[in-house]
Amino acid sequence: MSFLFYFLSAIMIISGLLLVFSKSPINSVIALIVCFIAMGGQYILLNAQFLAVVHIIVYTGAIMVLFLFVIMLLNLNKTTIPQKTSLTRVSAVIAGGLFFLVMIAASRQALEITPRYPFDGHTGLVSAIGKSLFHEFLLPFEISSVLFISAMIGAVMFGKKDPPGYSDPVYRNNNTGTA
Amino acid sequence: MNEITSAIQIIPLEHYILLSIIMFSIGVLGVLFRRNTIVILMCIELMFNSVNLLLTAFAAYHSDLTGQVFVFFIMIVAAAEVAVGLSILVMMKRNVDSVDINQLNRLKW
Repeated sequence: MSFLFYFLSAIMIISGLLLVFSKSPINSVIALIVCFIAMGGQYILLNAQFLAVVHIIVYTGAIMVLFLFVIMLLNLNKTTIPQKTSLTRVSAVIAGGLFFLVMIAASRQALEITPRYPFDGHTGLVSAIGKSLFHEFLLPFEISSVLFISAMIGAVMFGKKDPPGYSDPVYRNNNTGTA
Repeated sequence: MNEITSAIQIIPLEHYILLSIIMFSIGVLGVLFRRNTIVILMCIELMFNSVNLLLTAFAAYHSDLTGQVFVFFIMIVAAAEVAVGLSILVMMKRNVDSVDINQLNRLKW
């Protein structure tokens, strides 16, 4: 079964590179969706079934659709943005490669990892996660709803149209202090 | 099913670490390489997910649930972050009529 791991890893890496190097944003989104689906497969291989389902629903179902929606709403596929200068691009590749090397070197220096508990097939199942989530992590779970509310309010505030002439400095100077 | 889901017993943890480092480096490369803000946001998502995968791998390796619950919370934060980030992007498109990250250089000085 280790074949599946390497197959999914190859898909993830190739689609990740496609995400970075493809010209149009739509192709980038589709590459990222492929990458996320492969990652869902990795979660299933790791026996994290709850996370696999949540990952597919949240990422490929909600977040990537949101990205596609914004791209089509703003018509970003037509507008071409010039690439960075070749000097910046070369230095970006070098910086990414150096980061990779540093992380690899750091992980090589790590101590031998031994499992804390013996292997348990029930670790990632929905019932086990649900029990942990609603006993140990009940407070963070409830507080995350506050985070969602604030994110929603923030998104609505950002998305709201400014009153006409708001970006005009004269308008702003006349309204400071009176509001 | 048991045969599929016990991959962590066969594949060494080092390979998961390597895969996560590769995916994270691709995300870093994308953030540095591109000028399109929406692609930069997607690369940030890629980095989030590589960290999630590593947390899950460690949690499965140690048979400890806490890592998987943490991944769940990271997903919650990522969803909120994407909503706010995309609305900032819509506002940017409306104000400067572009999604070029170099248009936002007034924040630099």
